[in-house]
Amino acid sequence: MEYARKVGLYGLIAEFDTSDRLIHAAEQTRADGYRKLDAYTPYPIEEVSEALGHHGSRLPLLVLIGGILGALGGFGLQYWVSVIAYPLNIGGRPLNSWIAFVPVTFESTVLLAALAAVLGMLALNGLPKPYHPVFNAERFALASRDRYFLCIEAEDEKFDREATESFLQGLDPIGVYEVEN
Amino acid sequence: MSVDDRMVPHKPAVIAPGHTSATVSDQIGEIVFRKTPRWWYFAFGGSFVLVMLLLMALTKLLVEGTGIWGLNNPVGWGFAIINFVWWIGIGHAGTLISAILLLLRQEWRTSINRFAEAMTLFAVACAGLYPLIHVGRPWLAYWLLPYPNTMGMWPQFRSPLVWDVFAVSTYATVSLLFWYVGLIPDLATLRDRSRSPLKQKIYGMLAMGWRGSAAHWHNYETAYLLLAGLATPLVVSVHTVVSFDFAVGQLPGWHATIFPPYFVAGAIFAGFAMVLTLAIPLRAVFNLHDFITIRHIQNMCKVMLATGLIVAYGYLVEIFMAWYSGHWLEQFMILNRITGPYRYHWWALILCNILVVQLLWIRRVRTNPVTAWIIAMFVNVGMWLERFVIVVTSLHRDFLPSSWGMYSGTFWDWATFIGSIGLFLALLFLFLRFLPMISIFEMRTILPKGESKS
Repeated sequence: MEYARKVGLYGLIAEFDTSDRLIHAAEQTRADGYRKLDAYTPYPIEEVSEALGHHGSRLPLLVLIGGILGALGGFGLQYWVSVIAYPLNIGGRPLNSWIAFVPVTFESTVLLAALAAVLGMLALNGLPKPYHPVFNAERFALASRDRYFLCIEAEDEKFDREATESFLQGLDPIGVYEVEN
Repeated sequence: MSVDDRMVPHKPAVIAPGHTSATVSDQIGEIVFRKTPRWWYFAFGGSFVLVMLLLMALTKLLVEGTGIWGLNNPVGWGFAIINFVWWIGIGHAGTLISAILLLLRQEWRTSINRFAEAMTLFAVACAGLYPLIHVGRPWLAYWLLPYPNTMGMWPQFRSPLVWDVFAVSTYATVSLLFWYVGLIPDLATLRDRSRSPLKQKIYGMLAMGWRGSAAHWHNYETAYLLLAGLATPLVVSVHTVVSFDFAVGQLPGWHATIFPPYFVAGAIFAGFAMVLTLAIPLRAVFNLHDFITIRHIQNMCKVMLATGLIVAYGYLVEIFMAWYSGHWLEQFMILNRITGPYRYHWWALILCNILVVQLLWIRRVRTNPVTAWIIAMFVNVGMWLERFVIVVTSLHRDFLPSSWGMYSGTFWDWATFIGSIGLFLALLFLFLRFLPMISIFEMRTILPKGESKS
C-alpha cells in the first residue's frame, strides 16, 4: 500500500472479453477479500453490481423527498396566493378551492421528483468528474464499446503489486494493466 | 400481440442477427463521425429556409401585433392554439415510447426511443412557441408565472390556462432530463471513439466523466426507472390539462367530459404517426434496417390503429352526447360541424383519422414501409384538421346569429405554421448529425448475448 502511493499507482485493471468472465472475476475477487474495487462495463449488468456488493440505492429516498417537497410547495404556493396574498371572492365560492389546485400540485410534485432523480443520481455517482485515474489505463476506452474491466485499487488493504497482478492473471483476462494516478 | 406472434412462423427480430456489442457501437457511433452526407446539407438547408420564414413571420408579428393573423370575433382562437395542441400531441409518443414501453418491458422500443425523445423535445419547443406569441406581448409572458411583483397581482390558479403553463413547462423540463440522462453513456462512447481532440473535449464535457462503473450503473438504472415512472403519469396529465383548456369552457363542442381521454389517445395517435413519418425515411438513408426492423414498423402501426379507434370512439361519443343531452345548442353544433360551412374539414378528418387507418388491419399494409408511411401522413394531416374543427367550428357559430363569422388562416398564419415545421426539422437534422440517434448502450443490452446474462 505504501509502495503503491509512492509510485503514484491507482490500481491494477484487468480486461475481460465477456460479461460472464467479468462476473466470475468480480465474485472471486470479493471472495478473496478485496474490498476497494470497481467494475466498468459498456451497459448495466445486474450480476456485476451484486457481485461487488452494491445493494439498494439511496436514490429512491431522495426522489421521495423531492416529490413530497414538490407537492407541499406546489399546494402551499396556491393556497397562499389564493387565500392569503390575493383572495378573490367569486360568487361566494371558497377561497381554498383545493380541487382546482390538484393539477398544479401534481405537476410540481413530478417536477421536483424528476429533478431529485437526475441531480441525485449525478451527486451519488460523484459526477461530473472531469478527471479520473482509470482513464489513464491503456485500452480503457473500450469499456464504452465491448470490453469489461475490473479494477483493484491500490488503496485496498490487501493490495500488493505482484500478488494482486498474479491473482488477476489467474482470472482469465485478456490483459492486466497498471493504472497511474 | 401474442396471438399475432403465434400466427407468424418467423417473427421479425428487433435486431438483425449477427450483431455484437462492438458492431452495434461502431455502426451507430460512426454515423456521427462519418463525413456529412451531401443530402444532409440539402435537408438542413431546406429546413433552415423555413426557419427564416418563421423568423420573418415572428418579426412581422412583433411589429404589427396579432392583427396580422386571421383571428376575429367570434373566432378568437385560431392557428396558434391549433398548432400548439398539434405539436404537443406529437411530442407525447416520444415519452410514451421511452417511459411507458420501458415500464412494460417492450424491448422493441430500444431502437426508436432516442430519436422519439428528441422528437418530443423539438415538438414541445415548437408547441411552446405558440402560447408565447399568442399572448400578444411575448416580452411580458413571464406575467404567467407566480412571482412577487409591484402590481401586487398573482395568477388565478383555478384557470386551466395557468395549469397549462405548469404542465407544459414541467413536461419540457422532464423530457429534457430524461433525454439527457439516456444520452450520458452514449456521449461517453462518442468521447472514447472520436479521434479529434475538440470532439473529445466537447463530448467529454457533455458525458460528465461517465466511466461505466458498476456502482454508477446501479444508481443510473434506478434513476432511469424512476424517471420513467414519473414521466408516465406526467404525459397523461399534460394532454389532459390541454383538453381542460377546452373542456372547462362552457361552449358547445368544447364542454365535454370525453375530452381528456380522447385528447390523450389522439396525442399518442398523432405522435406515433410522426415517429413513423420520421423513422421510415431515416432507416432508409442511414441504412438502419438492422436496428429498425419491420417488427418496429408493424408494432407502431398497431399502436396507431388502437389509439385511432379510441379517437373514433371519441368522435362517436361527441355525436351521441349531442343527441342524448337533448340540448338544441349541442345538436346544432354537431349538425353544423357535419353539414355546415366547415363540413369538408370534418369529412376530411373522418377520412384521414378513421377510414384510412382501418387499412392497418391488413398485415401486408402495416409491414410495408411505404404504405405505413403514407397512412402516417394521412394521420398527421387528420390530427391537425381535428384540432381545426374543434377550435373553429365551436367558435364560429356564436350564440347569437348576429355574431356569426367565418375563419381562415392568413399568409402569416401559414408562414408561422410552416416555419415551425422547419424549426422542428432543422433541430432534428442537427440532432441526427451530432448525437447518436439510437441508444447505443440500450441496444447492447438487448443483444442475444447480453439478454441471457441480464
